[in-house]
Amino acid sequence: MDRPIRVLVAKPGLDGHDRGAKVIARALRDAGMEVIYTGLRQTPEQIVSATIQEDVDVVAMSILSGAHNTLLPKVVELLKVENVDDVLVIGGGVIPDDDIPFLKEKGIAEIFTPGTPTSVTIDYIRANLKRK
Amino acid sequence: MDLAERLLQGDKRAVARLISMAENHDPEAVEILKSLFSKTGKAHVIGITGPPGAGKSTLTDKLAKAIRKEGKTVGIIAVDPTSPFTGGSILGDRVRMNDLSTDPGVFIRSMGTRGHLGGLSKATQAAVKILDIYGVDYIFIETVGVGQSEVDIAKNADTTLMVMVPGLGDDIQAIKAGIMEIGDVFAVNKADRDGAKRTAREIDMMLDFNHSDWRPPVQMVIAVDNEGIDELLGHLKDHKKHMEDTGKLQQRRTLNSRLEIIDLVQENLMRMILDKSKKEEMINQLAVDVAVRKTDPYTASESILKEI
Repeated sequence: MDRPIRVLVAKPGLDGHDRGAKVIARALRDAGMEVIYTGLRQTPEQIVSATIQEDVDVVAMSILSGAHNTLLPKVVELLKVENVDDVLVIGGGVIPDDDIPFLKEKGIAEIFTPGTPTSVTIDYIRANLKRK
Repeated sequence: MDLAERLLQGDKRAVARLISMAENHDPEAVEILKSLFSKTGKAHVIGITGPPGAGKSTLTDKLAKAIRKEGKTVGIIAVDPTSPFTGGSILGDRVRMNDLSTDPGVFIRSMGTRGHLGGLSKATQAAVKILDIYGVDYIFIETVGVGQSEVDIAKNADTTLMVMVPGLGDDIQAIKAGIMEIGDVFAVNKADRDGAKRTAREIDMMLDFNHSDWRPPVQMVIAVDNEGIDELLGHLKDHKKHMEDTGKLQQRRTLNSRLEIIDLVQENLMRMILDKSKKEEMINQLAVDVAVRKTDPYTASESILKEI
């Protein structure tokens, strides 16, 4: 693939800061990806709309507030409604291990919890793109 | 249904995919643009440029909202720099435009410069055409934060809006050649800050030397507070009307088309010369030869040209 991977980095919900998302955005940038950064307090509708307009390969959502079980599946659901089936959806942030199987069942491909080296996320993205 | 048809029917995903294809040099995108080119030229294309942090994105957001109130539609192309080292980028202009994200009458696309200098990316022109065919009434192109000489935006827009802020230098900056020459409309943003009036006055003085029949207006705005936005939009519309009434819009578009044709010739020529892997080897070998002084760069470039 001789085009850069495009990633939407989004913060759904009401988190007060986006330090982690910015670290990830920066790491993906340094890995040669085009990162579309949307900032704090995004609704699932805004995330889906940006996903479509920006034609991204990956949606990476960071969430710290505890609302992950509601907001992350909602994004996957809305993407399905819009017939978007070639975008890899991943999540990260403060997410308890017990919730991860539920989120995966709902269509979030992988969850990266605090302490994950950024290289793991980068490798995962490169290996799991749905589009050539 | 193919992409061209979907684009004509107003499918946002077709718009998005076509822009990606244009960015990635997909020949199919060029074919589609060829077939639909006659449908372009309807939108008012407005370039927004200015130094980093001047408030270009915030201003774009507010102008787009003012246009939406009139029931018109908007396309926004926001360009941010690509790293010359890794090829990666952080495109952060959407942060200031979040409310517009779900508005069905707005389409926002972020683009990395991908190695292109001048404040835009190579595919910006294609993206403008795609949005024009899609059918928006206004297209804003927001450049990367510019310095003094990134004037590409003027080759791509009907109207160029130059966004300035107070405190960036004395009046000699205002009379320098380069970006200060391309503004059709000037906005002094953050007008509540010290020195804003002085900045506006300095720009005004520079414009007094302007001999064309359009005297660029200088509008004080506070973008975050939505102050001065309606007036600014009025100036942008006046400029387009002036250009239409005097026949200058056609002149400018002719000049810009000429530049675009030359650019495309250069681009295609470069691809012909450099893309062939055999020539790539040849160039690498010549580079080594030049570095060890076996040959000189002038002869080396001539021998590549002889190959075509």
